[in-house]
Amino acid sequence: MIPVSYFFGLSLILFALGIIAFFIKRDLITMFMAVEVMLNAANLAFISLAKASGSLSGQVIVFFIITVAAAEAAIGLAIILLVFRQRKTIKTEEFRLMKG
Amino acid sequence: MTESFWLIPFIPGASAFVLAVFGRWLPKKWVSLQACLSVFASFVLSVVAWVGLLKVDRETLPLVKTLFTWIASGSFSANLSFQLDPLSCVMALVVTGVGFLIHVYSVGYMGHDKGYTRYFAYLNLFTFAMLILVMASNIVLMFVGWEGVGLCSYLLIGFWFEKHSAASAGKKAFIVNRIGDAAFILGIFFLIVHAGSGEFRVINEAVHGGHIGAGLVTLIAILLFIGATGKSAQIPLYVWLPDAMEGPTPVSALIHAATMVTAGVYMVSRMNVLYTLSGEAAQIVAVVGALTAVYAATMALTQNDIKRVLAYSTISQIGYMFIGCGVGAYAAGMFHLYTHAFFKSLLFLAAGSVMHALSGELDMRKMGGLRKYLPLTYPTFLIGAIAIAGVPFLSGFFSKDAILTQAFAQGRYFVWALGIMGAVLTAFYMFRLIFLTFHGEERIEPEAKRHLHESPRVMTVPLVVLAFFSVVAGYVGLPVVFGKKANLFNRFLEPVLDPAHEIHLSLGTEWTLILVSVAVAVCGIYVAYVFYLKSPQMPHNLVRRFPGVYKLLYNKYYVDEVYDAVFVSPTVKGSEAVYTRFDLRVIDGTIDGTAKATGLAGRVLSLFQSGLVKDYALAMLLGVVIFLGYLLF
Repeated sequence: MIPVSYFFGLSLILFALGIIAFFIKRDLITMFMAVEVMLNAANLAFISLAKASGSLSGQVIVFFIITVAAAEAAIGLAIILLVFRQRKTIKTEEFRLMKG
Repeated sequence: MTESFWLIPFIPGASAFVLAVFGRWLPKKWVSLQACLSVFASFVLSVVAWVGLLKVDRETLPLVKTLFTWIASGSFSANLSFQLDPLSCVMALVVTGVGFLIHVYSVGYMGHDKGYTRYFAYLNLFTFAMLILVMASNIVLMFVGWEGVGLCSYLLIGFWFEKHSAASAGKKAFIVNRIGDAAFILGIFFLIVHAGSGEFRVINEAVHGGHIGAGLVTLIAILLFIGATGKSAQIPLYVWLPDAMEGPTPVSALIHAATMVTAGVYMVSRMNVLYTLSGEAAQIVAVVGALTAVYAATMALTQNDIKRVLAYSTISQIGYMFIGCGVGAYAAGMFHLYTHAFFKSLLFLAAGSVMHALSGELDMRKMGGLRKYLPLTYPTFLIGAIAIAGVPFLSGFFSKDAILTQAFAQGRYFVWALGIMGAVLTAFYMFRLIFLTFHGEERIEPEAKRHLHESPRVMTVPLVVLAFFSVVAGYVGLPVVFGKKANLFNRFLEPVLDPAHEIHLSLGTEWTLILVSVAVAVCGIYVAYVFYLKSPQMPHNLVRRFPGVYKLLYNKYYVDEVYDAVFVSPTVKGSEAVYTRFDLRVIDGTIDGTAKATGLAGRVLSLFQSGLVKDYALAMLLGVVIFLGYLLF
């Protein structure tokens, strides 16, 4: 039996990797993948907690998150695609329309 | 029918409302008809009320009609209520009777004006306000009418508001009246606080019963009289009235004869208990009246504007009415008010007819010899002039004589002497006006002469009617020499204006006084005749001999200039100083400062709005870290 803390450690590492990737990468697709990694790190934390406490509610939440993430991924990718068609680039520094 | 007296003000009021709101869709004929008939209907109701009053038991007076409670606040309440007694009845008759004739005349005079409907709406509103003033049964409602006529005078004096002088004359009338009204409203407050109610009956009882201290009565009486000096154009607040000549001529007739300026005299008569009780206040009323009577008459001597002469004569005649009130002869004052209404409106309307004939010419130096061109205006004008000059057997003679006799009988010889002096001057300047306008050589501009014509029937008929009344109106108030009961007017007013303190002289003295006033009238007319017909170079010689006096009179004692220097320009300059120093710097500075600070804050904060996704994400991350740190540690 692998102790729960291991799962937590993995979740934390995944989450940290996601954040780092989000901040050092410049193209939208990779940043998007980083966000997905962070989401799945959170899912892992939920599941391990659910397993440790023996309740199902954590798992239910994970299902919700996966569903929402799927929808979000579809929309996010569509947006990125459209942005690329318009501007011929997906580098975030190129987009500063909201500068005050 | 007598009970419906409360409708008297509301008929012209309703008509004014209809004209103001729906007037633009009404045909001109309808407007004229409605405006005139509404006032005529009120006149008929006033006559009915008068006939009813003659029959009613005098103990039950006044008849009061309360429509509803208008203000209820703590222990104070004021009703929308009207009262009918001989005093308000006389006023209602004068206002509606003379007012009706002026309405009819206006149909002709204003026929070509583009503001025809507006004019009649104002005129009806004016009549409405004046009727509210005279028929109100409490001083609060009376004040509504009082302010109403002030407002209407502003609207009508400034009727041709495209003309700068007319607009500023309207403002002047309004502002000068406000000064008087400030004192007036203070007087009302004192009265209500100490008498406990605004109802005239309650006030009378409170004053009679001695519930108000003598000093307080004097104070209230003086405050109310200051209001009257504004409305009735007495020293020192008369300055608005000559300028009011900027309005259409029938308006001058309405303001000067039937409404507005008589309000002060009416108010003093209505409050006669106060002035009877307070000798000091009555003294002030009499002296101010007498001084005004002479002072205004001297200014009328040198004016060349036909309407301005009449304006000063109005001020002077109102002064006589106040002499009457001040010496305790309220009935005589009211009597003069009533006869004056006829001959002064006659004079104004006839002057309007002269102007109409001369295409709007006002300057008497450009008239002369009009007698033969204006076969109806001339005799009616002459009758008005004779009446105001105090020639026997016309109305003005009886009323002026009644006032002066009472002043003499009360031992106010100073006031009496001023009154006699005013009478000489009145006769002189009125006949100067007549001679310059209708007699002598023609000095008419050729352009005006081509259009010279007598006025249409709708204008001359009111003149004839008014001339008739200027002759006969005086016979209801014959002096005592014709018998103790000869003065029907005074007897009618007895329930309101107690004649107990009027002193009767021996018949010999009465006759002497009458002869004196006849003599001064004739004397004044004769001097005018010598000056302006027999040897026209004489006035010029006099002017050359006394250039200072002439200049002083011609410039109206420089009072306008003095008021300008003492009151108006310091106010304007002070306002300007406050405007530049306080408004522009402090107030505008605060507002601008707030705006600038907000803008600056926005600019600083907008630095965080880089538009880069990473920066936002970093901010979020930092926020989460801080929040977590706070939660965990």
